[in-house]
Amino acid sequence: MIRKVTSSPLTMVGLIIVLIILLTAAFAPLIATHDPTEPNILNKLQPPSAEHYFGTDEVGRDIFSRIVHGTRISLRIGLIVVLISFPIGTVLGAIAGYIGGRVDQTIMRITDIFLSFPGIILAMSIAAALGPSIENVVLALAATWWPWYTRIVRSSVLSIKNSEFIEASRALGANPFRILFKEVIPNSIAPATIQASLDLGFVILSAAGLSFIGLGAQPPSPEWGAMLSNSREILRDAWWAATFPGIAILITVLGFNLLGDGLNDVLDPKQR
Amino acid sequence: MDALRFIARRLVLMIPILFGISILTFVISNTIPGDPARLILGPKATPETLSALQEEMGLNDPLYIQYGNYMAGIFQGDLGQSTYSQRPVSEDLVRYFPATFELTMFAMVITLLIGIPFGIISASRKDKIADQITRVFALMGVAMPAFWLGLLFLLFFYLKIGMFPGSGRLDTGMSPPEYITGMYTVDALLTGNWPVFRSAVMHLVLPGITQAAITIGMITRMTRSSMLEVLGSDYIRTAHAKGGSENRVLYGHALRNGVMPVITLLGMAFGHALGGSILVESVFSWPGLGRYAVNAINYLDFPAVMGVTMLIAVMFILVNLIIDTLYFFIDPRLKHD
Repeated sequence: MIRKVTSSPLTMVGLIIVLIILLTAAFAPLIATHDPTEPNILNKLQPPSAEHYFGTDEVGRDIFSRIVHGTRISLRIGLIVVLISFPIGTVLGAIAGYIGGRVDQTIMRITDIFLSFPGIILAMSIAAALGPSIENVVLALAATWWPWYTRIVRSSVLSIKNSEFIEASRALGANPFRILFKEVIPNSIAPATIQASLDLGFVILSAAGLSFIGLGAQPPSPEWGAMLSNSREILRDAWWAATFPGIAILITVLGFNLLGDGLNDVLDPKQR
Repeated sequence: MDALRFIARRLVLMIPILFGISILTFVISNTIPGDPARLILGPKATPETLSALQEEMGLNDPLYIQYGNYMAGIFQGDLGQSTYSQRPVSEDLVRYFPATFELTMFAMVITLLIGIPFGIISASRKDKIADQITRVFALMGVAMPAFWLGLLFLLFFYLKIGMFPGSGRLDTGMSPPEYITGMYTVDALLTGNWPVFRSAVMHLVLPGITQAAITIGMITRMTRSSMLEVLGSDYIRTAHAKGGSENRVLYGHALRNGVMPVITLLGMAFGHALGGSILVESVFSWPGLGRYAVNAINYLDFPAVMGVTMLIAVMFILVNLIIDTLYFFIDPRLKHD
């Protein structure tokens, strides 16, 4: 499997990007050249230079340092959202697929309702109801993300439900919950796990979008979406303020997508 | 007759979904921290006026009664009062809807015109340089924050070279065409008002491409993988074996079956584009539902946010219904199901 990953150049690019992002987040204070939130009015709106790699914003904060610190915020949002929605979605999907019948019907109708909103709209209204903050954006995204995992896990449970090893545990008289958690879920979780690694990028993208419209991170937080939102007021004077945070988002999402796609190909070769 | 039965069945299936959406939006509305009555009256309200308003707004009733009232209101087109615009939310939705619809349709047209040909080219030259380039672009499109692309467009096409306008739907000082559909390009065409038509199209270009960027990558990738599947199938191999030229096999045999599954994805693409309108409209000050919702968020105008949410969800369902129906007519296999 490792050889398969390393033999695909695009997957390797994804892997390298993700590693760089993780390292940047881990060592942010060492990499950043300035304090990310400390204003320095004398230095405002400086174009990119050797002193300020990505220039400075309207109160003289160093944009490079802000982006570096922003890595931590975005990564944390992505991880927490996936860590909340993945187990919820997985358990519900496994229950729906394994038990079937009316339980299945009910669970799937509920996911249908959540999925009948275009992604960001539902998250927007939940976040708006809870009030603008990063925590609420995380909750809102987690609340809209779980149904995808439910669907994926359910369909893979359906495909293994009648296999012999499950029949065997049933015949041995194992209790249904034991079968569900020890046999069904571990053997049907792989596709959803890959989806989760792809989703990390999309969660980060959505969170940036919500921050962009004022729902997520609040100033002076160096969150990428909030930085872009802020850059609109100085668009005429500082192209760099609008350019670099977007590149950071693009590269991050791309990295997770490439890695996720690559893992997908490894596990499901007929997709190619 | 089969088609009618198919549509009827889909309409019946819509009912529980719409019911679910109403419950979900009701639950969200009820999670607002704080008391809506207090929010309306402000901090200086006396306890008497506060409790009077709470009573009037039905905030003391049990939840199921509140939900009943809420639904009764929706059926009468009453979505509450917008505290930001001071008008009924339903009136605002009617006012801003055509702008969003026009922009989204424009973006969808761009998406199809670019996404499908690129997907076909990519599949027919699999692993060649054209395929690699298309795939990288599609991947970038999917990974890129559209609102950021919008900012870059503003920087270059509006601020730097001034080729396209950067905000609104018409040049300043120009009055909108006579109201027929509310979509300026359509209305201007219908009334033969060329200067307005031209201005409306110019204003659509940047936000339209920005919004299309969200879905182009998606449609390209879908077209590619669907075409690849068809190109690898037995009947295509037969067509090759019979000595059909590359182009004839591609366009005569593979195209129809390869592109068809993409149609089913259009509904989802439309939903993505609608969702993206929230962000794109606020970048380009496009006076549609998205910008209305974002303003409403900033003014804590909750009925307006919920109105937009519900309208967009209903639109999303309707579009999917239309597409499924279309697909039913296009794909003969479904008729025999």
